[in-house]
Formats: sequence, C-alpha cells, structure tokens
Amino acid sequence: MTHGPGSTRRRFLTDAAAVGTALAVADLGLLATITPAAATPEAMRTAIRNVVGEAPVQTGKVKLDLPPLVESGNVVSVTVSVDSPMTANDHVKAIHLFNEKNPLPNVIGVRLGPRAGRASLTTRIRLADSQTVIAIAELSDGSFWSDSVSVIVTLPACVETL
Amino acid sequence: MARAIVNVPPKAKHGDVFEIKALIQHEMETGFRVDNMGKVFPRDIITDFVCKYNGEEIFRAELFPAVAANPFFSFFTTATESGAVTFEWSGDNGFSATASRNIVVE
Repeated sequence: MTHGPGSTRRRFLTDAAAVGTALAVADLGLLATITPAAATPEAMRTAIRNVVGEAPVQTGKVKLDLPPLVESGNVVSVTVSVDSPMTANDHVKAIHLFNEKNPLPNVIGVRLGPRAGRASLTTRIRLADSQTVIAIAELSDGSFWSDSVSVIVTLPACVETL
Repeated sequence: MARAIVNVPPKAKHGDVFEIKALIQHEMETGFRVDNMGKVFPRDIITDFVCKYNGEEIFRAELFPAVAANPFFSFFTTATESGAVTFEWSGDNGFSATASRNIVVE
C-alpha cells in the first residue's frame, strides 16, 4: 500500500474522527425526524384559529361524548351532537374535532347541511396520550360553539413500534 | 377493493330523520409509526368521505391520521324522496371506494 505525501497516520486518524462525528450528527438528525413531534396545546390553538378565523368560540350547544377513561387509544368512540333545529335558516354547517397531544392537532372535519335533520356525528378516533379533546361546531349564522372533554388514555395509540 | 359496510334503512316515511352508518376496511397508517430499524411507515390514510342522496351532497368528512383504522361514521339525514344513497371514500396512494344503497320513501 502506497501513501501519498498528505496521507499520514495522523491524517487518517483525524479524518476517521471527522467521519465518525458526521455520522453521529446524521444519526441525531435521523432520530429527530422519526420521533413524532407531539402537537402541543399551542398547535391545537393554531389549528382551531385556522378553522374559525377571528370569530369567538363560545361554550355550549355542543355535546362531546367521549369516555373519560379509555383503555386503548387506538379506537376511541366519539359522538358529537349539536343542539340545533337544523332548518334552512338555523343549522350546523360543520363540526370539527381537535386534540392536544396527538402528532397532529386535527382529528376530523365534517360538513353537513339543513338536510341532516339532526346534527350528530359518531366516529372512532385515535388518542396518543391522556389529553383534552375539543369539538367545535360552525353554525349557519357564522357563530362557533365548542365543548371539551378530558380523557385518560391507558394504552396510547399512533406512536407504538411494530 | 376494500370492503365497505353501509347501513341505510330500506324504507322511510317522508320527512323522517334516519341514521346512516358507513364503515370501511382501511389500515389508516398514520405516517408516525416506525419499525424496529427506525424506518417510518409511510402515511396511507383515507382523506375524504362523501355521502350523497340522489346526487346531492348530504355529508362530507375530511379525515386526518387521528381517525382510527377502519373509519366508521354515523350521521343523520331527512327522507325526501326515493332514490340512491351513495358513498365515496378516497385517500392516499389513489385509494378509492364506493358503495350505494337504495331507499324507498313513502
């Protein structure tokens, strides 16, 4: 094996160290990308602002039905019902669900109209941690109403490894 | 094609409010899970669900990864005329599924 003028044992060692450091940095970067960043209460507020804009969100009219203690966060049954006559002049236009601590603050957004007859939605969601879930309803007069429930989750969803 | 189970009453009286249930088989891979090697399972979810009654949209949902696997919806509508209630799901990787049920309104 021939060695060029710049290729000394010392040079080799420093190069190797540099490569090692670079790999370590790359590893850290990889770890950062695979660890899901949990949505924070701030992220949830931002997501809610994106939906409601500057309009005030009032408490009431909406009933969010969610078990207070959840065994498995993988499947959590949720019912949102809104107290509304569902007439052409006064109906629910949309129902949105938000959470604080899943990787994403949005859960689901639903559009309905006066033909629904009853403003009620049942679905099944995932919860990554014990947290507060918020339902917001948009009424035809442009007002927003909400209800929130705190849930304790025994087995979290979304982030488990296979 | 993914298996879809939908439930629409076969008969209803005019003006009645009835419940519609729709369930579809789908993994709803969140895109946040990793395998043992730290590799991320790419996101594969249903993003949209639309229900139409005789062509008129009566219910639409925008889904996020927080919706559980095999998305289920239950909602209501008013019986207006006899016809078809159709369901459409669409999502990542070109996922698309449809279902239809007829209803007779007296």
